[in-house]
Amino acid sequence: MLAAFFSSIAAMIILTGALVGVAAALVGTFLVLRRSAMLSDAISHSIVFGIVVVWLATRQQSGPVQLVGAALTGLLTVFLTELLVNSRKVKNDAAIGLVFPVLFAAGVLLLNLYARDVHVDTHTVLLGEIGFVWLDTMALGGLEVPVAVVWMSVVTLVNAVFVGVFYKELKLSTFDPELAQALGFAPTLLFYALLALTSVTAVAAFDAVGAVLFIAFVVIPPSAAYLLTDRLAAMLALSVLVALVSSVVGYVLAVRADVSIGGMMAVVTGLCLGLAFLFGPRYGLLAQSLRAWRQRHGDELRALVVHLHDHEHSPARDEENIVSALEQHLRWSPRRAAAVLRRGLAEGLVLREGRTLHLTTKGRDLAHELTEPWRRATA
Amino acid sequence: MDGLLTLLGDHTVQNVVLGAIFLGVTSGVLGSFAVLRQQSLLGDTLAHAALPGVCLGFLVAGGRELGFILAGALVTAVLAALLMLVLTRRSRLKTDAGLGTALGFSFAVGVVLLTYIQNTGDAAQGGLDSFLFGQAAATLRSDLWIMGGIMVAALALVAAFWKEFKLVTFDPLYAGATGLPVTLLDVVLTTMIALAVVVGLQMVGVVLMASMVIAPAVAARQWVSKLEHMVVAAAGVGVVAGTSGALISALVANLATGPVIVLTASALVLVSILAAPGRGLLWEQLARWRARRTLRGRQVLTTLYELSAEHRDPHYPAERGTLNTFHGLDTRAALARLERRGLVQRVRHMPDEGPHWELTAAGREEARRTLAQLGAAEA
Repeated sequence: MLAAFFSSIAAMIILTGALVGVAAALVGTFLVLRRSAMLSDAISHSIVFGIVVVWLATRQQSGPVQLVGAALTGLLTVFLTELLVNSRKVKNDAAIGLVFPVLFAAGVLLLNLYARDVHVDTHTVLLGEIGFVWLDTMALGGLEVPVAVVWMSVVTLVNAVFVGVFYKELKLSTFDPELAQALGFAPTLLFYALLALTSVTAVAAFDAVGAVLFIAFVVIPPSAAYLLTDRLAAMLALSVLVALVSSVVGYVLAVRADVSIGGMMAVVTGLCLGLAFLFGPRYGLLAQSLRAWRQRHGDELRALVVHLHDHEHSPARDEENIVSALEQHLRWSPRRAAAVLRRGLAEGLVLREGRTLHLTTKGRDLAHELTEPWRRATA
Repeated sequence: MDGLLTLLGDHTVQNVVLGAIFLGVTSGVLGSFAVLRQQSLLGDTLAHAALPGVCLGFLVAGGRELGFILAGALVTAVLAALLMLVLTRRSRLKTDAGLGTALGFSFAVGVVLLTYIQNTGDAAQGGLDSFLFGQAAATLRSDLWIMGGIMVAALALVAAFWKEFKLVTFDPLYAGATGLPVTLLDVVLTTMIALAVVVGLQMVGVVLMASMVIAPAVAARQWVSKLEHMVVAAAGVGVVAGTSGALISALVANLATGPVIVLTASALVLVSILAAPGRGLLWEQLARWRARRTLRGRQVLTTLYELSAEHRDPHYPAERGTLNTFHGLDTRAALARLERRGLVQRVRHMPDEGPHWELTAAGREEARRTLAQLGAAEA
């Protein structure tokens, strides 16, 4: 049963994609909340340098040495960026954009010069080969398990444990770094640990999705989740969910269209974000316009009853409280006036008697509530 | 020298150099605005987002027609900018998440399209990979016309709206208050970053093009402080980096052009940050060192003056050991400099106790002036 699972090509590809997505979403959530999402861009590009250097030194394409090398390269990137920013010659955004291309370019040139025939070619660097993860297996407890799955599982576990153990600390230093500092939680150290884990995840995911697609897995699922919830725990859960859905749906679509599987998985994360953007319950575009629409309708009705109330007992009543006055005095278009009146009648706020409009008791109560709100407290 | 001349006579090399010049000028000039507006990372997003456009252009033209490919790249780069704008304006996502999402999603779509083209088995697809890292040697004469045309159009745009661009870059609020269409100018400036990206596709490729937008502008900024000068200097840096990088990669087999150009440009940035006159870190260090030296000289001088005033003896001989102890540091060098300026002189006084110094008439005058200045500052 297990052996069949681990020898199924489709299952292994989906599993790898899901692990990449989950591991990336766990760290990505905090990067997005800290407004440092573009650091994942910098890190994922510059780890190419680390991978090539470690490979040239040890001839190992994956494994613990690579992971340690990645963590160091990621920290080197952040360190160099901060060095530039602290020199006050370069703004933060430009500093990020200066550092990672250098490391990336150096990595690619080293590949060009010293590693022409290995499978770490420049094409793989960018695109990854998730479709081939099942080719490279290792024996684990009597089962042949793909190497990528093993290492991705380890990294996902490490990320999950990190987030689980330091959940409170991460939460506090993400939302209130000053308080976290004051309480002695070392938010900077925690942030560096997060970046180191991001680098490690990038390297583990490198064979599967390459350097650039990794950015999509780090940024997009947490962003989609951020559009759906205000709670950190829910955001983590939702981004993991988006990652899982994307790996399955992406695999199916990619196989059907015969295109890059990793690429399609990343595209599906984008589609999930599009759905959240449009249909999110509170922050979605649809919910927003619905709220604005309701608000406008309510305002119109309130304007109508207050207008009628103002002139109810005045001599000008017969000129003010008529349908045509709504167009002239409230400057509503005939269509709008008719629509508002229709809703007012339907909700039982006004009565119509020939040309003249009267407030119902319900309408008068609403007008009182608006014009003399202090009475509500005493009544 | 002969070798260089033969090289420049070579048809391919001529193309490469011309292409590099077009690239350098365009990205230098347009990148200046991006860097000053702190939109460096937008350049990165737009560069990556050119990939799907490259593929679409290829699909539409049915072959490797540079015109179609660049038009496609321009369109998708602008679309990515639009996506980023919509995400950040119409939802709660922040700029970094918007940039990361647009980058990751666009690149993923590009990867999917790239594999689609490759798997449909079109024989002409071989050239598409070169847009990932650039391949200067593949530049054709006909390509140059297109690149040159874009450069001329971009420069004309900058010249025509120079005043407006300048105002929007440095003071968007004031620009809005004077009635300039700020949003429109924003869109034009963003499109121009996309133009710069598009010119660089052939030479540098999508992944590293961000660096060509940022690096020349940052290097130029270190040398000059006026926008007019910065734009010209950035174009110069761009041309130098582009030409030397393209030549190196054309001469050495198997070197992708993009990384070489990026490393050259980054080296120029490093040199500029360190050595640019006045602003460079080395000059700053030098100025700090000089100021410290001047200050120390003044301290020693006024101490001598106050000692002689205390003892009512204009020729009061102060022992160096006393001065050292008083200032908590070695005053030998400071005294030697003061002696060279004729402000102090050695005296023979108790030779066993170590060297003694007294003020000269000029030294007394200088000390008095210094103290008066300090007194004026305190008043």
